[in-house]
Amino acid sequence: MDIDLITNILYAMIRTGTPLLIVALGEMVCEKSGVLNLGQEGMMLMGAVAGFIATWLTGNLFFGFLMAIVAGVLMSQLFAMIALGLNANQVATGLALTIFGTGLSAFIGSGFVGNPIEGLDVIAIPFLSEIPVIGKMLFAQDLIVYLSFVLFGVIFWFFRSSRTGLIVKAVGENPHAANAIGLPVMRTRYLAVAFGGAMAGLAGGYLSLAYTPLWAENMTSGRGWIALALVVFASWRTERILLGAYLFGLASILHLVAQGLGFAVSPNLLAMLPYIATVLVLVMMSRNQGQSKMYAPISLGKPFHAGT
Amino acid sequence: MKKIVLKKFLTGLMAAVAIVAALGVQAAEPFKVGFVYVGPIGDHGWSYQHDQGRLALEKHFGDKVKTTYVENVPEGADAERVIRNLAKTGHDLIFTTSFGFMNPTLKVAKRFPKVTFEHATGYKLSKNVGTYISNTYEGRYIAGFTAAKMTKSNKIGFIASFPIPEVIRDINAVQLALNKYNPDAELKIIWVNSWFDPGKEADAANAMMDQGVDIILQHTDSPAAMQAADRRGAFAVGQASDMSKFGKKAHIFSVVDNWSPFYIKRVQQVMDGTWKSEDHWGGMAEEEIVIPEFSDSIPADIVAEAQALIAQIKAGTLHPFAGPIKNKAGELIVAEGEILPHADLAGINWFVEGVPSEIPK
Repeated sequence: MDIDLITNILYAMIRTGTPLLIVALGEMVCEKSGVLNLGQEGMMLMGAVAGFIATWLTGNLFFGFLMAIVAGVLMSQLFAMIALGLNANQVATGLALTIFGTGLSAFIGSGFVGNPIEGLDVIAIPFLSEIPVIGKMLFAQDLIVYLSFVLFGVIFWFFRSSRTGLIVKAVGENPHAANAIGLPVMRTRYLAVAFGGAMAGLAGGYLSLAYTPLWAENMTSGRGWIALALVVFASWRTERILLGAYLFGLASILHLVAQGLGFAVSPNLLAMLPYIATVLVLVMMSRNQGQSKMYAPISLGKPFHAGT
Repeated sequence: MKKIVLKKFLTGLMAAVAIVAALGVQAAEPFKVGFVYVGPIGDHGWSYQHDQGRLALEKHFGDKVKTTYVENVPEGADAERVIRNLAKTGHDLIFTTSFGFMNPTLKVAKRFPKVTFEHATGYKLSKNVGTYISNTYEGRYIAGFTAAKMTKSNKIGFIASFPIPEVIRDINAVQLALNKYNPDAELKIIWVNSWFDPGKEADAANAMMDQGVDIILQHTDSPAAMQAADRRGAFAVGQASDMSKFGKKAHIFSVVDNWSPFYIKRVQQVMDGTWKSEDHWGGMAEEEIVIPEFSDSIPADIVAEAQALIAQIKAGTLHPFAGPIKNKAGELIVAEGEILPHADLAGINWFVEGVPSEIPK
């Protein structure tokens, strides 16, 4: 393996990990507030199709990303209305949202299959992008990747040091106590769900506008589910989600590279590598049961009735 | 209040549907053709091309034919229900377009002897079930030839889906072309274990290009690899549908599955009562495998040579699987002067000499 190959693998690792990172960060914020939204895949697909259509019609990528986010938020609010407003079962509602989003996006997008658009371009930062090995991976990416770095930093700070972050956690841990001291439980949950929707929409837009600039039915191919699993295996910790997303990205690139290099390992085994590696590393990190329980929001998935 | 309005609306809707249905029965009965697709028609690949064939039927026959399709049908017990429903609702001819629909098709066909069935890519015939498949390997051979002539790095990539006969057959056809026209070229095969995952297909294309591949072939359904090649100045051959729009510079040509002539022919035969149950293989000669156009990026002499090869394939003087063909172990499988018969091609499970990797187990 030469230096160029390693540079390119690391570069691809970040690109592959980015959509997972964005969705997982959004879902983590949502789950921290005590709401389990299994509709990630549906929200991503709606983001992808909305972003693609908006860009196809206007030729403006940023309008496309905006519409992707709007679509994600709208979908998430549909979930919130049913799961929070009507106190329906969150698991069932989330699953329904995924099925609904998959079908609706296919329906809306059916006239747009087979159309190409100019995808989001890479912006190489002068000098920094020329650093050997890590330069390309960190400083020769597109805007959404840079944005994902920023989002990671903000969310990390949000839960570590901000007062609002503490409120979100309080609402997810014990909504009754939070309610008793006057915290707006329902509003916090609605906002957290909306944030999760925005992130899922953005990640969907990243797929259809930057990663593979095209629209095709079900193009997310299960990335929403992987992101959901990541949140759990990362035990709701921001830095572990980053690690998990990139680890998954790295392993999924490595299994393709290894085949190209002619490794005599079954591609079926290699294809399992991303899942095994990610789960193994994150499980090892959270093997201390007591400690990892500390991070799981205690009221996750439980409906909240004020006054009971 | 709201509920009552909704109820009235639904009742009205149902009445309207009933009236339309009744009118439909009174009008002259058109010939009804049903299609069962394994994927969404929006995949821009396999199911999409079958649906293009269905649309061509409607265009060709006009009011005389009415078509129905069911998409996203899983290969299993559910398929039988879908096929039986089509048979029950008066369809005269039903096309089931995926390998896994084989047994459900035969089962339903037994119960509905008056309905004609055509099953794609299968191998079991019965009195009212025919099978059909396209000679994709003919297009692959041309792709292999062009890649052999055009590659500068002598590295050619093949993004493969699953190790089933159809894919193995096509990889072999490419390798046979390489063996003949550029034995130094190396075929790098990456299995992505999916028919359709744009992200993964693009990743595989990038991983290949990182390793020096300059021409990418694919046996997966999305145009993502084409786009990836376009971004990095490599070439790519489109698969199943015309992917020229996805790679202005990268696209050298697409090998397109064109089901229209076959579907039109079959419908006509069943209408006329001349249909017979048979195993149909159609390729370039039947216009079922088409290369719509060669891009300007291929040097003119290579285009001329490729077109000469196509003419020979159409005339039957060139067959990609004409002997001598050796397998990976170097054993002679097809002797000089012989051609690997369709029966063997249908279930092929070995690589020809020269393919660098093994078939995944």
